[in-house]
This record gives sequence, C-alpha cells and structure tokens, in this order.
Amino acid sequence: MTRKDITVAYLARVEGEGGLSIKIRDGAVAEVKLRIFEPPRFFEAFLRGRTFAEAPDITARICGICPVAYQTSAVNAMEHALSVQVPPEITALRRLLFCGEWIESHALHVFFLHAPDFLGYEDAIRMAADHGEVVQRALRMKKLGNEIMRIIGGREVHPVNFRVGGFYKAPARRDLAALAPELEWAYGCAVDAIPWAAGLTFPDFEQPYEFVALRNPDRYAIENGRLVSSRGIDAAVNDYLQWFNEEHVEHSNALHSVVSGRGPYHVGPLARFNLSFDQLPSPLQDAARAAGLVPPCLNPFKSLVVRVVELAYACGEALRLIRDYCPPDPPAVDCRPRGSTGHGWSEAPRGVLYHRYRLDDTGHIQDAKIVPPTAQNLRMMEADLRAFVAPRVDMPVDRLTWECEQAVRNYDPCISCATHFLKLDIQREG
Amino acid sequence: MTVIIGIGNDFRGDDAVGLIVARAVRARAPDGVAVHESHGDGTTLLDLWTGVDRVIVVDAMRSGCSPGTVVRFDGLDEGRWPDGSPGALASSHAFGVLEAIELGRRLGLVPASLVVYGIEGASFDAGAPLSPHVMATIPAVVDQIVAEMGRQFGARDSALKDRPA
Repeated sequence: MTRKDITVAYLARVEGEGGLSIKIRDGAVAEVKLRIFEPPRFFEAFLRGRTFAEAPDITARICGICPVAYQTSAVNAMEHALSVQVPPEITALRRLLFCGEWIESHALHVFFLHAPDFLGYEDAIRMAADHGEVVQRALRMKKLGNEIMRIIGGREVHPVNFRVGGFYKAPARRDLAALAPELEWAYGCAVDAIPWAAGLTFPDFEQPYEFVALRNPDRYAIENGRLVSSRGIDAAVNDYLQWFNEEHVEHSNALHSVVSGRGPYHVGPLARFNLSFDQLPSPLQDAARAAGLVPPCLNPFKSLVVRVVELAYACGEALRLIRDYCPPDPPAVDCRPRGSTGHGWSEAPRGVLYHRYRLDDTGHIQDAKIVPPTAQNLRMMEADLRAFVAPRVDMPVDRLTWECEQAVRNYDPCISCATHFLKLDIQREG
Repeated sequence: MTVIIGIGNDFRGDDAVGLIVARAVRARAPDGVAVHESHGDGTTLLDLWTGVDRVIVVDAMRSGCSPGTVVRFDGLDEGRWPDGSPGALASSHAFGVLEAIELGRRLGLVPASLVVYGIEGASFDAGAPLSPHVMATIPAVVDQIVAEMGRQFGARDSALKDRPA
C-alpha cells in the first residue's frame, strides 16, 4: 500500500478549536474527520432551572457574532410554549435587528475571512495592503451592523433589549431614521460587490445537496418561517425533531445532525438562496443572474457570492423596515408562565438555529435543546471534503491543503456555537 | 485629542483589569480626554482611535511574565509585538488589539501616537475575581496614565520609549 501524509497544524479564520484529518490510501480518500476538540460548553445543562425569561440573554452568550439569532430562536420557542402572539410591529423590529446581525456577520466573513482565500492572501491584514478599499468598505459595513445592534439592542454585542414578548424599550423613530443614509450607501456597495465576488475564481465542484432552510410565504426568511428542503421536507417548528437526528461521533465534541434515515444536509446562505430566490427583490434577482448566479447553485465555494447578495438584501430590507417603522406600543406583550413545551427557530447568518424548551408550571426550564447551524453542517462538510479531495488526490500537498481549508470556510463554521468546532491534518498514502 | 481605551471582560478574572483602570482614570480625566471601555473587538478599536492624536490602550496580557508585571510600550513600534509579524486573523470572533493595529497601519487608520499598557494576568477564569498581584498594581498604573495625560502631548515623544512602569 502506498501512503502519503499531509498535516496542517491549525485551520485559521474559523471560530473555535478543531482540526481536520484526511487520509489518502492508494490514491483514494480513506478517511475524512473534522475533529472538534473545543470543549463542550454545557449551555443546555445550565439553562435547566432558570426561568423562561432568562433564556434569550443566556443563550445569546453562546456566540458573539450571532447573538440575535440565539435570542430570536429562544423567544420564538418561549412564545410558542406560552401561546403568545406578538404584534407585527414587534416582529418587524426583531427582523430589523436581525438584519444588523446579518450585515455584521456577512461583511466580516465575505471580506475578512473568505475573500483572502480567493485572492491568495493568508489573512485580511495582508490582503489590506493590496486591497485596502475592499477592507475599508467591509469595516464600514460592519460598523453599520454594529450601529443597528446598538440602537435597537442597547449595545453592539449580546443585545440587552430583547425579551420574551418583545422588547424592553422601543427605539425612537428618529434614531432609526438616522441610519438610512449609511444603509443606502451599504446597499449600493453590496450590490456593486456582487459582480466582484462572482468574478473570483472558484474551484469546479458541485454537490447533490439537500438544502434545508426556513421559508415564508411573503418574505425572505430571517426571523421565522416553516422549514423546507430541496427534497420535500415541509415542517412546522414542533416537527423539527421528527425530521432530524443528532448523532454523537467519537472525533467530535459537537454532535452531527442528519435528516433521519437520509443523511447529511446543507444549511446556510446557499440553502436559503436556492430555496427562496423568488423572494429576493427583483433588482437583486437581476443582479445575481447578471453575475451568473442562479438557483440551484450547487457549488459551495460560491456561497461567498450568495453572502454578498444576502448582504445587499439585509441592507435593503433594513431600509424598508426603517421606512415603515412603527414603534411597538407597548414594547412587549405580557407573558404568563405555564407548563408546556415550546419550539423556536430562526435563520442565523450560518443557517437554521433550532431551540426547544420544556417549562414547568412556574415557567422554569426543565429541559433545553439547542441545535446550531454548524452542527447541522458538520457531516455535510466532511462529505464535501471527501468528494472534493477524491479527484484531486494528485494535487500538490500545499495546494490541496489550502483548498480543503477553503472548503471548510465555505460554511463559515462557528465551532464555539457547535460545541455549545479547526486544525488540519491531511494524511496521504499512495 | 486624547483617548484612553480600557479593554477587557468583567467576568473573566484578571481580564477585567483594563476596564477597571479605565474607570479609575475616567474619574480623574481632564477635559478633552475621552475614556472608553471596550471588549476588544478590533473593528471597534479602529473606530475609536482613527483620526485621534493620542491613544492609550490598557489591556491584560499573558506573556509569561510574573503576574502584575506592567509593560508600557509604543504600539506603533512593530518590533515590540510578539514575533514582529501581523497576527493571523484566526477567528471571526477574536479580531483583537494586535490585529487592529496591524490592519490600521496598512489602511492608514492608526492614531498619531499609540501607547499600550499591558498588565500581566494570573487567572482568566470565568467568574474569578482579580488576582492579588493584579489588584495591587492598579493604583500605580492609574497614576502613571493620569500623569501621562497631563503631559504636553508630542507625537512619538521620548516618553514613548519602553520602560517598566
């Protein structure tokens, strides 16, 4: 048997600690493992015994990039448990805050974390010397996202204004209106970046994905929806666990999710784009088509272009929501505890984020379950790597390693979320 | 304009020291000096210091010195930073002080003067109090920063030479 080992110590530009090992034996991929050694964080355990009202602030601490997604999924689940309906003004304000998080997260991933892969730089700092304007624009967009978070959420990270039933305080119309000029700039900037992103060179690679994302009848899904897939899933939130299974694997401190009886699936921007392209405003559909991006897009590397489209969408949607803003009065709906189980989800920047809570009669949490997007994508990432490496086993080691790292970053994995995940170790034989 | 930026996390043991120093300095800061508390997000740091004449950053550090050791140095002096190279952007979440300075330098988004006070921590455990060595060093660091604020500002002046605090 011939064998060759490739080892990379640490996979950069992802959040959290994990590694990747690929073994190639006699010219074939023998094993692909995403090893997640970031320690488990036990959030589900220490939610037990806390009150329903504490869940949004506790779970927000799972992630510094997508706290609004955690808060939204938590309040959706709690409001489901307590049979609370919030008025459309509160939903709209949540969606606006969520747009801020998408802007922040996508701007950072596209321009800081993923673009260096395609432009041939080790990181954004080195990229900045040659592409200063791109980096400056990204910084300005991220700052805008932060500003939306600050005005609505009370601070830039881990917002404090979010509660079950609504908000503690509704922001003033004039404070939100002040964001409009910068959002108009950001929208134009993101639309202009679509052909730029589409012009990058992407590896020739497609996968027969089952895409899974939320979908709404009337708007691109962000803060809620039904769950749909490209292979026929159409589920209400309380049916989530009937469709999906979490499996423990020895090499990972994060669970792997699969579609029960079927296998891995793909959540995130590419899934949303493919399943809800028709709900993007027509100028953005046209801009995507003009850049050669049409559903179904099966090349995960092009998720970068999709993120730019979603970045533009989030800016445009935020503008619309600010224009139509009507401060919710009162800012929150009264919520009374009762014994019940609630399910909630939302579209975090990295994909569907599911929460389930079982409450006792006094509203204390008896049991919590949180399924973050990265855990749902882990098995798919391994499948991508296996399929990606197979026809490339003769590629020079350095090049292959570099492209495998990119393949992982397609998912913008958040290992910290997944362990509520990367070092790279490719072994090649043959 | 002078800006003081204390960086840290109140809930992670000695990591809180930058914030605690900033709060004490704020109480004694003259007009024209802005004091900010930050959790250390690099993009926010770039915003806080771009266009500013003089910036003093206070942060906990983990360099292998004995706990409570205070190091004061010119943040714009490349040779002063660990291994002298730009830090890899290793994480979407941890774009910190070093990365902000390196990126700012390439983009022309650094202040005219940037002094860094690093205070060696002993424990960064969640929920831990400040360790005694770090606690003991706070008054002297505050006094030194207040004295520095009062000095006539001169960009990259001789006071920026490294010296133990």
